[in-house]
Amino acid sequence: MKRSVNIWNGIDKTTILLFLLMVTMGWFNIYAAVYNEEHKEILDLTQRYGRQFIWILATIVLAVFVVIIDSRFYLFFSWFIYGFLILLLVLVLVFGKEINGARSWFEFGPVSFQPSEFAKFGTALALATFLNNRRQELTRLKVIIPAVGIILLPALLTALQPDMGSTIVFFAFLLVLFREGMSPFIFVSGLLMVLLFFLTLLLDNLYLEIGLVTIAILLTWFATRRWKLFFAGLGIFILISGSLYLLDYYVIGSLGNELVLLISLILSGIAFAFYIYSKKAIAVLIIYTFLLGSILYINFVDFAFNNLLRTHQKERVEIMLGFKSDPHGMGYNVNQSIISIGSGGFTGKGYLQGTQTKFKFVPAQSTDFIFCTVGEEWGFLGSFIVIGAYLFLLLRLIFLAERQRSVFSRIYGYGVISILFIHFFINIGMAVGLVPVIGIPLPFFSYGGSSLWGFTILLFIFLRLDAGRTEYLV
Amino acid sequence: MKDIYVSRKYIIISLIVLASVALIIRLFIIQVVKDTYRMSADNNVLRYETQYPARGLIYDRNGKLIVSNQAAYDIMVVPGQTGKMDTTVFCNDLEISKEIFRERLKAARNYSRRAPSVFLKQVSAETYARFQEKMFMYPGFYVQSRTLRKYSKPVAAHLLGYVSEVDEALIKKDPYYKPGDYIGKLGIEEAYEKDLRGTRGVKIYLVDVYGRIKGSYDNESRDTLDVQGSDIISGIDLDLQEYGELLMQNKRGSIVAIEPKTGEMLAFVSSPNYDPGLLVGRVRSENFARLQADTMYKPLFNRASMAKYPPGSTFKPVIGLIALQEKVIVPSTMFGCNNGYLFVACHSHSSPLDLEGAIMNSCNAYFCQTFRKILENPRYGTVGEAYEKWRSYLTDFGFGKKLGTEFSNELPGLIPSSEYFDRYHGKNKWKALTVISMAIGQGEVETTPLQMANMTAAIANRGYFYTPHIVKSIGTGHKIDPRFTVRHETGIDSSNFEEIILGMEAAVNGGAGATARIAALNGIIVCGKTGTAQNPHGKDHSVFIAFAPKDNPTIAIAVYVENVGFGATYAAPLATLMIEKHLKGVVTNKPMEQRMLDLNLLNQSPETENEAQR
Repeated sequence: MKRSVNIWNGIDKTTILLFLLMVTMGWFNIYAAVYNEEHKEILDLTQRYGRQFIWILATIVLAVFVVIIDSRFYLFFSWFIYGFLILLLVLVLVFGKEINGARSWFEFGPVSFQPSEFAKFGTALALATFLNNRRQELTRLKVIIPAVGIILLPALLTALQPDMGSTIVFFAFLLVLFREGMSPFIFVSGLLMVLLFFLTLLLDNLYLEIGLVTIAILLTWFATRRWKLFFAGLGIFILISGSLYLLDYYVIGSLGNELVLLISLILSGIAFAFYIYSKKAIAVLIIYTFLLGSILYINFVDFAFNNLLRTHQKERVEIMLGFKSDPHGMGYNVNQSIISIGSGGFTGKGYLQGTQTKFKFVPAQSTDFIFCTVGEEWGFLGSFIVIGAYLFLLLRLIFLAERQRSVFSRIYGYGVISILFIHFFINIGMAVGLVPVIGIPLPFFSYGGSSLWGFTILLFIFLRLDAGRTEYLV
Repeated sequence: MKDIYVSRKYIIISLIVLASVALIIRLFIIQVVKDTYRMSADNNVLRYETQYPARGLIYDRNGKLIVSNQAAYDIMVVPGQTGKMDTTVFCNDLEISKEIFRERLKAARNYSRRAPSVFLKQVSAETYARFQEKMFMYPGFYVQSRTLRKYSKPVAAHLLGYVSEVDEALIKKDPYYKPGDYIGKLGIEEAYEKDLRGTRGVKIYLVDVYGRIKGSYDNESRDTLDVQGSDIISGIDLDLQEYGELLMQNKRGSIVAIEPKTGEMLAFVSSPNYDPGLLVGRVRSENFARLQADTMYKPLFNRASMAKYPPGSTFKPVIGLIALQEKVIVPSTMFGCNNGYLFVACHSHSSPLDLEGAIMNSCNAYFCQTFRKILENPRYGTVGEAYEKWRSYLTDFGFGKKLGTEFSNELPGLIPSSEYFDRYHGKNKWKALTVISMAIGQGEVETTPLQMANMTAAIANRGYFYTPHIVKSIGTGHKIDPRFTVRHETGIDSSNFEEIILGMEAAVNGGAGATARIAALNGIIVCGKTGTAQNPHGKDHSVFIAFAPKDNPTIAIAVYVENVGFGATYAAPLATLMIEKHLKGVVTNKPMEQRMLDLNLLNQSPETENEAQR
């Protein structure tokens, strides 16, 4: 049952205006970032700003196509689109061209193409289709696991390239799951894990373990007010750690105090858990499960950080956490980026007047660090306007998503919001030094055809769905 | 299907708003609150290149150039901006070894990563040209042009001083100077440092991330031009100076010639000396060390202003003048001389003599008795008081104190105070006879050649002098230090000079008994006085003071030749050659000139060196 609706009347003009505004600002800033005395012509096709103009024209044509297509196409073909894009992600691992140690790009003659930029809308479509009629069940593992799987599959494939930036972006879809009913405890646990992750790198494991045990003991006391439990726990711990210590001292001899303590904690924790279970103190059991999980987790993180991460990845994290300061090494990008933005002052140095920008002090300034140009040449005012524009766009999209009658459209809308939001926050956050250097583009601003087209398709599918929200009663 | 989770949108909205606010707060802090980033950005792109001014030139009194400048190029490095480059080619271009390259770069890095350091000093013009062409391949390196001194003649080293790099102690003392700056040491270079050095300028360039110059900053509006140092016109007569140094070759001693009317020095010779060009450029430190190590000839030692000798008989005119002023004698006062006076011996001459004759014959007895009259003057209660009066005249003549010339290493000499003798002999326990040897310029008196030339100028002026100085004028319209234009009175009436000058005239031009007839000149009346400075360690020093012409004198001169005996033998001919050269421009007495040029008196008991420097 289809109603005839004029798409042009129904489409959201505010969003289109914001889109055009951003694309235009992006283009001018790319011109400034790549500006070069010898090629002043803004349409010079040998330069990035000239090519970006082509990408912009193409993306507008693409947007028109996306809007012309019947909105049901996206629902019906979502699995096909998702599957095709996943296939591309697999193929790029084999046929992709290796740039900077990562296979993220297909290269056809002069044209390069980055499939991960398109996998984002594909994943959003697949997730929306999957959850379309199952949203009530998002509290159940049977639904959560496949939903997370849809997200994890492209994330895993991009991690194999490896392109950690894109991988992290896919996790933004968890926000969609939250909106659709996934338990916030998962997020709280996730936050705790992030917190513990940083603490693990920051502190010695031993102190962290002692701290966790202390917190657990305090929590136990507040939850039960039973000293008996406390002494029982202490007794079990002393018994186990003492015997293990003696065992190590006389028989094994190679464990070392730290490992003895760790094993004792785990063993006594398990023993204590059985004890509590037998005493029917469920609250205490939960606390101790968390404690045990945390201890295992921090030891895993510690191991992973020291043994699995590559040196440059470790350094990035360490610089971001302030453990290391190295303005000429890894921290150079961030340092120069902050200097560029900071030196812009309140009103900026003026268009094409940024010395940091003009003399190429910031690497990758037309792509990942495009915000430096804004910060340096347009100052706080310009930065404020750009952030304001993104905030306005995101809030507008939430408004649009919430007015959808179709669950599919709403979920897809939140997918768009999540992706745009994480790109916006990480990209600008990285440029101002709030977030570690994760190389992802600023939507509609950064140079690059793939990312611009990817974001355009992502956004305009949603605008198409929104424009046609009264067409079908899905 | 009811959407029971709709309220979660508010959590998502809050999350997005909070994230945006966090970004805005962060931006506000780095863009508006903190201003250090602006500086960092400027430090990134601005290179401040000091524009070193050329030092002022130095001319002689006739407009002849004595000191000018030559270009030199320092290779500079900003360690923080260096990058990948071919060090082998680089080292070849600069003709240095890789070790030196590493060493210098390390030193520069230790000094500062951001501030430029001198990497290689004063490379040649050819090296510079070769380097300049490839400079774009060597990020962080650039060339700074400097100027070095250039001397038109290898003369006047002691007079001019030299230019050297500032040391750390000086940088701490005077914040004007920065590492790598040059500063004048000794002589004119030191005395007129502030005039000669000019004003540094700065050129601000924009450089890109590779340290390549991209243009000027702010349309050069913040650049400042360097201003060349003021030129200095000295009172030195370059020809006379050169001639004096030629004459003093292979002799130990000094010549100081002063224009009496102005106090300007015409020539200032200290021998042995060195070629000032030796202390220029990269060879400077090596040569300096070598000159310093030369303890045999001590070429760095400025005898004219630092060597102290007893003045000997050249002191007699001033004793006579004081006696006349104190009215203890009149010009016609006669004293007998029986080959001496008490224990002071004298040579044979007619006796008795009046004052004129005593000067002409250099009679020791006459001046011993005159000195005794001065010290036993009944106007003063004690010998000590009379002695102090005598001493104050000498002080007015510039003895026993620094004259205040431009030479920072000038020494005061010594006229002992009465307390000195009080301490030695007991108050009022000493008499005129105790100190009688000072009457003939021996004993405790010590004077420098400069002071003796100044005394001669005061006699030539009949009673006054201007502090001897090198410089006539500075730049255009700058006045020289007022201390050089103050007329110093000696406290002796000008009428009293006539008799003394007659004596000095007679000493050169008189008949039998005249001590310095060798110094006589055709058509010019030279007034002079010989002296023989006793030297307990070896042969006496030959001394001669003179001025000419007698009326309106234009030159007053003091000549010292060490360890060669009588004043008349060497010092007097040298002085007269100088006088003739100055007054006529040419020397007519060629045989005497040749004799003086051929003399090698350097090997005369060098151990007496110490005496001269004590």
